[in-house]
Amino acid sequence: MNLLNKFILLFCMLLFSSGFAFSVQPDEILLDSALEKRARAISLELRCLVCRNENIDSSDAELARDLRLLVRERLTFGESDEEVISYIRERYGDYVLLKPSFSGASIILWVIAPISFFMGLLLIYLTLFRSQKVRNEIDLSNSLTKQEQIDIKKLLDD
Amino acid sequence: MIIEIAHFSLILTFMISLVQSTVPLFGAQKNWVNWMRLADKTALIQFVLTCFGFGVLIHAFSVSDFSVKLVALNSHSLKPLIYKITGTWGNHEGSMLLWILIINLYGFLIVLFGKKLPLGLRCRVLSVQGVISAAFLGFLLFTSNPFSRELYPPANGNGLNPVLQDLGLAFHPPFLYLGYVGLSVTFSFAMAALIQGKIDAAWARWVRPWAVSAWVFLTIGISLGSYWAYYELGWGGWWFWDPVENASFMPWLVATALLHSAIVVEKRNTLKSWTILLAILAFSFSLIGTFIVRSGVLTSVHSFASDPTRGIYLLIIVFMFILCSLTLYAVRFSSIKSINQFTFLSRESGLVMNNLLLSASAVIVFVGTLWPLLIETLLSEKMSVGAPFFNIAFTPFMVLLGLLLPVGALLPWRKSKIKRLKPSLLAIGIFSVVSGSVVWSLQTGTRILGPVGVSLSIWIILGSLFDVSKNSTIANGKFLRRYFRLNNLPRYELGKSFAHIGFGLMIFGISAVSAWEVEDIRIVHLNEPYQVRGYTFELIAVSEFPVSNYITRRGSLLVKKDERTLATLLPEKRYYPVQATTTTEASINSNIFRDIYVVLGDRNSENSWVVRTYIKPFILWIWIGAFCIAIGGVVSLSDRRYRMASSYSNKLVKL
Repeated sequence: MNLLNKFILLFCMLLFSSGFAFSVQPDEILLDSALEKRARAISLELRCLVCRNENIDSSDAELARDLRLLVRERLTFGESDEEVISYIRERYGDYVLLKPSFSGASIILWVIAPISFFMGLLLIYLTLFRSQKVRNEIDLSNSLTKQEQIDIKKLLDD
Repeated sequence: MIIEIAHFSLILTFMISLVQSTVPLFGAQKNWVNWMRLADKTALIQFVLTCFGFGVLIHAFSVSDFSVKLVALNSHSLKPLIYKITGTWGNHEGSMLLWILIINLYGFLIVLFGKKLPLGLRCRVLSVQGVISAAFLGFLLFTSNPFSRELYPPANGNGLNPVLQDLGLAFHPPFLYLGYVGLSVTFSFAMAALIQGKIDAAWARWVRPWAVSAWVFLTIGISLGSYWAYYELGWGGWWFWDPVENASFMPWLVATALLHSAIVVEKRNTLKSWTILLAILAFSFSLIGTFIVRSGVLTSVHSFASDPTRGIYLLIIVFMFILCSLTLYAVRFSSIKSINQFTFLSRESGLVMNNLLLSASAVIVFVGTLWPLLIETLLSEKMSVGAPFFNIAFTPFMVLLGLLLPVGALLPWRKSKIKRLKPSLLAIGIFSVVSGSVVWSLQTGTRILGPVGVSLSIWIILGSLFDVSKNSTIANGKFLRRYFRLNNLPRYELGKSFAHIGFGLMIFGISAVSAWEVEDIRIVHLNEPYQVRGYTFELIAVSEFPVSNYITRRGSLLVKKDERTLATLLPEKRYYPVQATTTTEASINSNIFRDIYVVLGDRNSENSWVVRTYIKPFILWIWIGAFCIAIGGVVSLSDRRYRMASSYSNKLVKL
């Protein structure tokens, strides 16, 4: 290995050991374990704004770290989970929420699958079971209308 | 030179695919046998030519021929040979060529195994395959040619994303594509059936093996991807509801519904039009998935807009296929007649419920994945839909599916005589609830997720075992005898139970790890032991040294329990100078009870580092479950009825 190579290697090593933050750091963790637990839960619902589909809890971005610290700061002020989330939402917009709130256009997102499920149930009932029942009834009554049945009964009775 | 020949062979394949997509189809309408017979030959030639093209590309990658633009952009001479080869499909152009190779492989397989298919059906199926092949070859040749040359070849390549230098990820796309593209066969069968206007039980019997094998590949592909994410991404998650994951999950959900409803067509000759629709939808979701992954539309709308040629072309393909197939379906809808003769408590309605629940969950994944895109286009607002949404919206349907599964699987066709099953089902139900409560009383904390998951998985697993034992025995029988009877059990029944048990195991793994995982993040000094849930960890050394194309920093941790050394874990952090990126290699000690998962973080001081330690109880069962599901499919494929084709033709020869 010549000198140049050694130098390059050394340079790479230096680069390597310089700050590569990796998600939650020990210095971020709150001493109060109940608060920390809440902070983690909140972090899972907030998006790291500069990442691709990552929450702030697992992201290595600087911004995510700032947000994690912010969440913990608000919690130690004694805010509730909802207050912390809405505080951050006010500053960063809906984009920061990984779980869209149940309001506005997002309502459609939340209800579309349950509604399609129940419509499917209804459809199944109508096409598979009710049509069958109707068919059976028709078979039984031999395709006669009510009036005709009454007429027949009358004739038979007479 | 050989590169140009390969390029030419792809152009030739494109031409042939155009012939295959028109001539046999026209011949079938006119009943001209020679025109119909052409399909077999063109399918064969297409396969051979694309094999050649793909082989040449692999060769170019393995010898690092940097005069090919694609190789220069995506490979590097220092890379280990295996990753040079797998790098062939680790990029857009190469992976599209793999897609085309696989569609032509399926065409070839249809010719190979479809000798017994009626000629009209076979040539129409091959024609539709030809259309798909032509569309994607056109896409490849016009927008993403893998064989473009570099006028001034660079001395070395641009390397490959270090994350992709991993065997798990290397074999994830081929499996996924075998699944995605495998669904094209069921699609083609559905189209052919609609064109000729005849769908019967025999049709379902031909389609089912294709649906099952595509589904098996998809299952394997998705679980490989999930396991890769688990050990590579470094925080021990195994499913992220990432758009790219969802893209493969949607076709899986619909394919699962499809292979269940095809059973109804095969056995009861009903639910035909629904099955056809599912076959269309399954492949449509494959296409949408390909579009999502390959156009880059979801990773960044802006990068899509700045170079929209590929995206637009793909969008047109996807749109045309979905539009044409659904139109054909709508036109023929009224001519597909099914007689529904089943009551509320029957296996048919069990399978209908399965279909409904799977479709609803596919709707969630679909809407959730595309929602941000839709909102941004319509309202120009940015919003996110991530894991917390999917977990809440998706889970109820899976729980419902799990609850109904044993009942539906046990019910007889047409009419139920549930009375006989009632006591056993009740016993299994009570047993699973009781075990759940035991687990609840044993666990610390109050989360209900773990116990519920345990109950549900026991309910599913015992239900499936009961199903097997019920089928494998006639009234009496000691255990051993029952065991031997398993051999007489139709493979199809055995496969079903395997897959259902796998589903149960998976639910167990998922809920156990979500409920009882322990995480520990701390600064660890050399030779200062620390404890996490009964295990003692000690960092004994951290060293840095260069390996082939990266530099690694590796820690050695001793794991002890009760003074007994269990393992030495070697978590790594790798730095790739060519790409200037860092990857995390977690070190995992796995067994069926728990995974110990350790990640090495930053250096804190001279001899202390940040170390993240996880104990993940029963997480391995997620993939054991997935493996059982895939095995179930394979066992079901080996069923005698599907092999009958070959034995039947042998008999004919003897006569």
